[in-house]
Amino acid sequence: MSPQAEGRPIDPHYTLYHPRWYRRRVSVWWWLQNRAYAGFVLRELTSVFVAFFAVILLWQVRALVQGPEAYARFLVRLGTPLFLGLHGLAFLFVLFHAVTWFNLAPAAMAVRVSGRRVPDWVIVGLNYGAWLVLSGAVAVILLRG
Amino acid sequence: MRRITPLLWLLFSAGGTVAALLFPVHLFLTGLAVPLGWLEAPGYESLHTLLRHPVTRLYLLALIALPLFHWAHRFRYTLYDGLQVKHLTALIVVLCYGTALVGTALAAYTLWSVP
Repeated sequence: MSPQAEGRPIDPHYTLYHPRWYRRRVSVWWWLQNRAYAGFVLRELTSVFVAFFAVILLWQVRALVQGPEAYARFLVRLGTPLFLGLHGLAFLFVLFHAVTWFNLAPAAMAVRVSGRRVPDWVIVGLNYGAWLVLSGAVAVILLRG
Repeated sequence: MRRITPLLWLLFSAGGTVAALLFPVHLFLTGLAVPLGWLEAPGYESLHTLLRHPVTRLYLLALIALPLFHWAHRFRYTLYDGLQVKHLTALIVVLCYGTALVGTALAAYTLWSVP
C-alpha cells in the first residue's frame, strides 16, 4: 500500500529503492588509450601464446610416440602458412614474455648475500646468462641429430 | 581455493620461468627454423632415441605442464580485467586450471607410453 493511500505524509528523503550509483561503463578496450596499459595487457596476453606452444610440444611428443609417419605428417603441418604465421606471432609474444619476465625478476625475488641485497642488474644479468646457455644447450642437443 | 593459492602462485612463477628460459629456443627451432628450411630437421630416429631417455621425458613433462599452469593463472586474471567478467569467477577458475590439469595428464600419459 502506498503512503498516500494510508494517509501517511510522504517523506521526500525516503525511497523504496537502493539508489543506483553513477558509474561510467568502461570499454573492453580501455587499455588501448595508453602505452603503459597496452604494454601491460600485451604482457598478460603472452600467456595465450605460451599455452599455444605447450600444446604444440604435446602434439610433437604424441606424433613422435605414434611413429615415423605421424611425425612426418606433423612436420608437413608445421610448414603450412597457417602454422608458420602462428609460430611467427607466438615467437614475438614468447620473446616479450621472456624479456619482461627477466626484467621483473629482481622485483619478484630480493636475494641477499651476507645481509646485503644483490643489485638488480646482477639478477637480471644472471637470468639473461642462463637464457643464453640453456638456449645453446637445447639447440645443440636437438640439432645434433 | 584460498588454501591452494600459494601453490598456484608457485606453479605460475615456475611455469613463467620455464617458458621464458626455454620456449623461445624450442619455438624458434621447431616452429620456424626447421619448417622454413633454415636448419636441417633432426631425424625421427635420433629424436625417438632422445625421447626414450627418462631425463628427456621428465624434462618434457615439466616443459609442457608448468607453462600450462602459468597460462591458467595469468589468463584467469586477464579475463577478469580485460573482459570485466568477475562475476564468472568460479567458471573461469574451473576452465583455466582444469585445462592445465587435462593438458598435464595428457602429457604424462603420452610420455609414459613411449615404447
